[in-house]
Amino acid sequence: MATYLEFIQQNEERDGVRFSWNVWPSSRLEATRMVVPLACLLTPLKERPDLPPVQYEPVLCSRPTCKAVLNPLCQVDYRAKLWACNFCFQRNQFPPAYAGISEVNQPAELMPQFSTIEYMIQRGAQSPLIFLYVVDTCLEEDDLQALKESLQMSLSLLPPDALVGLITFGRMVQVHELSCEGISKSYVFRGTKDLTAKQIQDMLGLTKPAMPMQQARPPQPQENPFVSSRFLQPIHKIDMNLTDLLGELQRDPWPVTQGKRPLRSTGVALSIAVGLLEGTFPNTGARIMLFTGGPPTQGPGMVVGDELKIPIRSWHDIEKDNARFMKKATKHYEMLANRTATNGHCIDIYACALDQTGLLEMKCCANLTGGHMVMGDSFNTSLFKQTFQRIFSKDFNGDFRMAFGATLEVKTSRELKIAGAIGPCVSLNVKGPCVSENELGVSGTSQWKICGLDSTSTLGIYFEVVNQHNAPIPQGGRGAIQFVTQYQHSSTQRRIRVTTIARNWADAQSQLRHIEAAFDQEAAAVLMARLGVFRAESEEGPDVLRWLDRQLIRLCQKFGQYDKEDPTSFRLSDSFSLYPQFMFHLRRSPFLQVFNNSPDESSYYRHHFARQDLTQSLIMIQPILYSYSFQGPPEPVLLDSSSILADRILLMDTFFQIVIYLGETIAQWRKAGYQDMPEYKNFKHLLQAPLDDAQEILQARFPMPRYINTEHGGSQARFLLSKVNPSQTHNNLYAWGQETGAPILTDDVSLQVFMDHLKKLAVSNAC
Amino acid sequence: MSQQGYVATPPYSQSQPGIGLSPPHYGHYGDPSHALSPPGVMKSAGPLGAAAPGAMLPPGPPPSGPHQFGQNGAHASGHPPQSEPGSVALRWAGGLSRTGSSQPGTAPPGQGPPGPPLPSTFQSPPRPAQPSALQPGPQLLPPPPTTLNGPGAPALPPAYRQDGLLGPASTQFQPPPPPGQGPGAGYPPQQAGSGPQMAGPQLSYPGGFPGGPAQMAGPPPPQKKLDPDSIPSPIQVIESDRATRGGQVYTTNTRGQVPPLVTTDCMIQDQGNASPRYIRCTTYCFPCTADMAKQSQIPLAAVIKPFATIPSDETPLFLVNHGENGPVRCNRCKAYMCPFMQFIDGGRRFQCGFCSCVSDVPPFYFQHLDHIGRRLDHYEKPELSLGSYEYVATLDYCRKNKPPNPPAFIFMIDVSYSNVKNGLVKLICEELKTVLEKLPKEEQEETSAVRVGFITYNKVLHFFNVKSNLAQPQMMVVTDVGEVFVPLLDGFLVSYQESQSVIHNLLDQIPEMFADSNENETVFAPVIQAGMEALKAADCPGKLFIFHSSLPTAEAPGKLKNRDDKKLVNTDKEKMLFQPQTHVYDALAKDCVAHGCSVTLFLFPSQHADVASLGLVPLLTGGTLYKYSNFQMHLDSQQFLNDLRNDIEKKIGFDAIMRVRTSTGFRATDFFGGIVMNNTTDVEMAAVDCDKAVTVEFKHDDKLSEDSGALIQCAVLYTTLGGQRRLRIHNLGLSCSSQLGDLYKSCETDALVNFFAKSAFKAVLHQPLKVIREILVSQTAHMLACYRKNCASPSAASQLILPDSMKVLPVYMNCLLKNCVLLSRPETPTDERAFQRQLVLTMGVADSQLFFYPQLLPIHTLDVKSSAPPAAVRCSESRLSEEGIFLLADGLSMFLWLGVSSPPELIQGIFNVPSLAHVNTDTTLLPELGSPHSRRLRRAMSAVQHRSPYAMKLTIVKQREPPEAGFRQLLVEDKGPQGGASYVDFLCCVHKEICQLLN
Repeated sequence: MATYLEFIQQNEERDGVRFSWNVWPSSRLEATRMVVPLACLLTPLKERPDLPPVQYEPVLCSRPTCKAVLNPLCQVDYRAKLWACNFCFQRNQFPPAYAGISEVNQPAELMPQFSTIEYMIQRGAQSPLIFLYVVDTCLEEDDLQALKESLQMSLSLLPPDALVGLITFGRMVQVHELSCEGISKSYVFRGTKDLTAKQIQDMLGLTKPAMPMQQARPPQPQENPFVSSRFLQPIHKIDMNLTDLLGELQRDPWPVTQGKRPLRSTGVALSIAVGLLEGTFPNTGARIMLFTGGPPTQGPGMVVGDELKIPIRSWHDIEKDNARFMKKATKHYEMLANRTATNGHCIDIYACALDQTGLLEMKCCANLTGGHMVMGDSFNTSLFKQTFQRIFSKDFNGDFRMAFGATLEVKTSRELKIAGAIGPCVSLNVKGPCVSENELGVSGTSQWKICGLDSTSTLGIYFEVVNQHNAPIPQGGRGAIQFVTQYQHSSTQRRIRVTTIARNWADAQSQLRHIEAAFDQEAAAVLMARLGVFRAESEEGPDVLRWLDRQLIRLCQKFGQYDKEDPTSFRLSDSFSLYPQFMFHLRRSPFLQVFNNSPDESSYYRHHFARQDLTQSLIMIQPILYSYSFQGPPEPVLLDSSSILADRILLMDTFFQIVIYLGETIAQWRKAGYQDMPEYKNFKHLLQAPLDDAQEILQARFPMPRYINTEHGGSQARFLLSKVNPSQTHNNLYAWGQETGAPILTDDVSLQVFMDHLKKLAVSNAC
Repeated sequence: MSQQGYVATPPYSQSQPGIGLSPPHYGHYGDPSHALSPPGVMKSAGPLGAAAPGAMLPPGPPPSGPHQFGQNGAHASGHPPQSEPGSVALRWAGGLSRTGSSQPGTAPPGQGPPGPPLPSTFQSPPRPAQPSALQPGPQLLPPPPTTLNGPGAPALPPAYRQDGLLGPASTQFQPPPPPGQGPGAGYPPQQAGSGPQMAGPQLSYPGGFPGGPAQMAGPPPPQKKLDPDSIPSPIQVIESDRATRGGQVYTTNTRGQVPPLVTTDCMIQDQGNASPRYIRCTTYCFPCTADMAKQSQIPLAAVIKPFATIPSDETPLFLVNHGENGPVRCNRCKAYMCPFMQFIDGGRRFQCGFCSCVSDVPPFYFQHLDHIGRRLDHYEKPELSLGSYEYVATLDYCRKNKPPNPPAFIFMIDVSYSNVKNGLVKLICEELKTVLEKLPKEEQEETSAVRVGFITYNKVLHFFNVKSNLAQPQMMVVTDVGEVFVPLLDGFLVSYQESQSVIHNLLDQIPEMFADSNENETVFAPVIQAGMEALKAADCPGKLFIFHSSLPTAEAPGKLKNRDDKKLVNTDKEKMLFQPQTHVYDALAKDCVAHGCSVTLFLFPSQHADVASLGLVPLLTGGTLYKYSNFQMHLDSQQFLNDLRNDIEKKIGFDAIMRVRTSTGFRATDFFGGIVMNNTTDVEMAAVDCDKAVTVEFKHDDKLSEDSGALIQCAVLYTTLGGQRRLRIHNLGLSCSSQLGDLYKSCETDALVNFFAKSAFKAVLHQPLKVIREILVSQTAHMLACYRKNCASPSAASQLILPDSMKVLPVYMNCLLKNCVLLSRPETPTDERAFQRQLVLTMGVADSQLFFYPQLLPIHTLDVKSSAPPAAVRCSESRLSEEGIFLLADGLSMFLWLGVSSPPELIQGIFNVPSLAHVNTDTTLLPELGSPHSRRLRRAMSAVQHRSPYAMKLTIVKQREPPEAGFRQLLVEDKGPQGGASYVDFLCCVHKEICQLLN
């Protein structure tokens, strides 16, 4: 075997899994002493161009409580046509179709390279994808126009047999009937009245009186997913209608007097959207796409009143318990999110406004259902337009990069239990023998529902080693975990992806080196960060930071090499070396710091952090910084104020922002117009290089980052300055006496100070 | 002024105290058979309601009728008309009036099975040339000590003269009771102990006797043989007023003068008092004291129709504009400047005629006075010289001090299954296209400022966006009927001119859109709510036109149950039938009024639709309820379309508040009409159109002086069709007198009936019908008795003496009592009763006159050469003839009655068919023929139609065919086919009452 780094990379590419520990401590006690829990980041639908799905169904373990899928780790008796489940050791007969099985004639799922395999289920009616647009009309004219164009454009990107629906809202909520000729018809709801799902369905005429009763009597339930709904129609039928309808869409006609916000009934609109789908297409892949240009100002789910003189809640207000609508609104949206999740639909939120739009309250809608959350300044920006377009991008097979109604089931071998998951999922509350009592994240279950996911959606899954210290695992024993993801593919097929992994056990006392070497500090940092962010949603910020610090100190104490009470002697091995730095930046990140962020921004950042894969998550924690100069090719540099030099161009990627920063000299040169002179062509190229690289990132990133092109002294430079490690500040500038770098005007501690403290604490006996 | 003016009758009335119970009473009949009856039977038979009028008929020797007639005539011609106090004395000629003497064998009621005579013998009674049973004649009293009539007052009509002395009295005969009918069949036990007083049963009106159907169908008194021609005839009164005052100019310069009858066409010149078209009073001379008023029991009331239509040859109201200053008003009582204000102090101050307070004349209004203390600009300013005029109101008079927006009309069409199925939706949509061209506008405006909106509904509501820039209309469905709201603002109410193409597009599509609808349930209250909310949102007053078909049973506020419980008829709970089922509608109506939203309802019920509930909002919001039961496209569409057109084009004022101010000594205490009152003085009306009248009752709170008279100022603040806020002022001065005679002389029967009808119909909600009927009868009797006692010269008690001004009060009162509202008959649909009740509450005097006493025109006597309208005849079967064709109209429906022997040339001329048998009665339209008969008939019909605000549906009935029943019901002088006393019976009843009172 090559290095652990290669192993980790290989595993990630094949299975979409990154474990914090790749060699597992063999007892519960030891595992808890490892500080960082045994956990993994799982990307259930990681793109695997090399993995065509097999056209049959998986073979399941016959033990009702197990039902694990046949996998390469199972022991197979080819003669007896038996296989032993590697989770529960049940011996199972192969199904008749496997009669021809032999050592040389193995089905794919038994081959070791197919530790991840995808099955295609043929049975069951296929139901089309559903896209329900929920559009705010309380927008400025430009914004509405841009949004209308984006929506019209999106119609051409949708699969032709997809069902679409349109709900518009402002002071009222309108559900548009799409199949009308000659007259456009819509059902209108008061934006202030909370309605139950039943009421909504009654009012929309979706309830079929007496019919279900009659259908219930025949033994086989009528399988007719195409409950004709006037509000959801196949795109190919009503393409023109809907385009016209969107074209005629007017701004909310109700007058808004000066000093008032427009009355916006987002809460009711969402409630109706949820109720509509709930009544017509439960458990079918559906996206509710909410486009809103401001905060909900009336009815259930209102976030702020319509008086402009009362600003929308800030973190300060929330801390002072001064956000009077927040709790109620959050409750409303949580209720909606849970209903939506139950029905297997997902809610996207596209919020474009200069001020906050209530994402804090609405976040659960996207978080619990696996929907997207996009925050921008205006619908008339490329940020929104490109991002929205990217939703409908296609993969190498020409399929949409979206999947619906997934359930993720995790099975573990006996030594392990499942502590919980953090990601865009909800618990299905399936208790089982492998569910731990120790709770981390969304816990108490071995199955989760992920209503909307794509090839990068990543969950953090946390485990607990339950093997007792006095029951040693035999040498060479391996722990196994199986992830079974059932989902509706964008081609409307049902598919099952099964990933089975195994790792070696090691005794922490005798084999600590092994365990240490197999530590994946990147995965660990992200997994710890997810835990921290998850806590931050419910706990006070400082508590979370203290908790993170304590964990870091304990980890350093456990794995650092040092002499007691001698900070200078402190060393960490390679596999841990970056971890404290990650934690330093995490502490400063907007995921844990609310200073300078609005509650909406915090929600937005946290939303994305909880669903992106490891690479992106790491960028979020510690942005990457490239330096461009005449000295050579672009190079990554330290995220440190010392990297900000006058003759450099810097490109910083924080995931949410791409910042290009021209150093003082460069900026002056550009101002002088050297780039336009033929003799300074190389300067022109230098200016161009970061732009090209940024473009490359912009092309691939979802959601599209905010693109900032600034220079020394520019107001937008704050995006860079707030991220870099403040190694030089106004406090120590002269003391250091250096000429290079840019001092940051902050009282934040620098990485050096942080590390010094960490070392001091780690070597002390105090903790 | 001799006693010959009265016809002496035997003093049968002395037996009144015992009437109905005491066998001796029957002795007066002189019927030999009665003595044979056992007294016990007699006793129980006595109080039979139906028998009562008959029992009152006094026996007696025949008077010398012809002689008296001669006398009367002589007197009439021998006296100046204005000295005629105008009373009519009627005399019972008992001996002649009962068949007992001429038809042997006829048994009085209660005497068990009669003898040999068969009913048929009474059907073709002999026509003895007898002297008249009733002798009318002028009651010639000495001239009143003070005459309030000015020199310019028109002559009072000459005393009522009756020349049809020898009319066929025998048509009144009824078959005797069937043998099996026990005399006490319907005898209410509680009456047994009533003793000699017997007030209850006596008061009870024959037709409405609560004993029930048994008595209705029971034996009518065969004795009655009063000559109908000899009792006062409404036709006579109308014609004589028309003859004396018709076609003349009536100037309103004199306080307290009695205007011509509503039926008389004349030109009215405003010279300081409001035209009678605007205000009519029950009496134009108020009694000076409350005691007098109480004594006479004449209600003091005014029927105000503030927006009455004025013929084109009369001057329209002047508009006074004081700019920012606004109207000049009394400082204390806030009465508006009017001819009753007295300028003093050289014109610097004025004294209010109502409260006598002296106010300063605002500088801008100052004018010098002339030598008689009149302002120099007296004739230049309408408010100084006219009875009626308008003020432009300032912002102070507007809601929220903002000028109002022009009103809007919202058309709300029920598109439930039945309305779609019978083609109504299509009909309405088609018609709207043309009728919208004729939206009402102000005279000077080119286009109407009225905006229009459209809503359709079944159990959900569909609003339509018809904004002019839309390619196609947009439909917005509101399903939240529990809490209805307006889903759009812009584009709902539009100018018809601007959005014409979108509106036409919409009206074309509506019938198609709902063609496949099978929704049966409807909502109603949410529909009104929606309309009101829409107007509220648009911040304008307006009118909803609702085309509705059925009982709203869908789950929503105002949901109704079918509660058409015939069992309640004739019980104390009968009033429930007139009360709305829920309070929702009451509250809704008040809300509507508060927001200036008037509701007009076109109702097309195919079964019980609970008009009592549905009609409440139209009633209280100044709208109109049109009802087309069992609507059939080919029969009823014309009537409906005419109603719709008329209603849309009507002149109307919105968001109105009326205030009636009076001079000191009396005040307005009670108001009847399509109004809502939140306090005791402000009459709020969401809208008031040219046909709506408010009846105001006045009561004394002090003495009135003969010098200053009784002044009334009615001010209506409203929004015009163009969105201007205005004040319409009507002033009327009445005289006062301490002489009861003056009071009686100045009464107007038509207004009295209007008042009685409204007060009775209002009371229907709270009191048992029986009580109401009794009150009406007793009050009629009381008024007449008071006259008899105080104004008429002494005469025999048995004489019935009527004041000239109230000559026809009994017949009108009888018509009122016979109206299906007051007549408890289970056969009458509850909806019809509720409908008529609500209808009458907003009627003006002319409408109520026609409604209660329909017009019966003999068509066969039409002179094809003359253009004069045919002279009407009395509403009695006896006036019909088999050879005749008659047109009968009551303002709601019209009948063309064809006698079995109608002349074929007439039939040919009218119907273009050879004979009666060929006439198709399944139509409501007459063929438009060029023949003179057809033209004349149609002209007569349109003249009749012109008198009513409602389009009348024409029903063609042939004599002796079943549909005749509806026609007969309107022959109000006869005994009603479903009960209700004949005129003669009622007169007897009233007479008896009077006699009782006099004793």
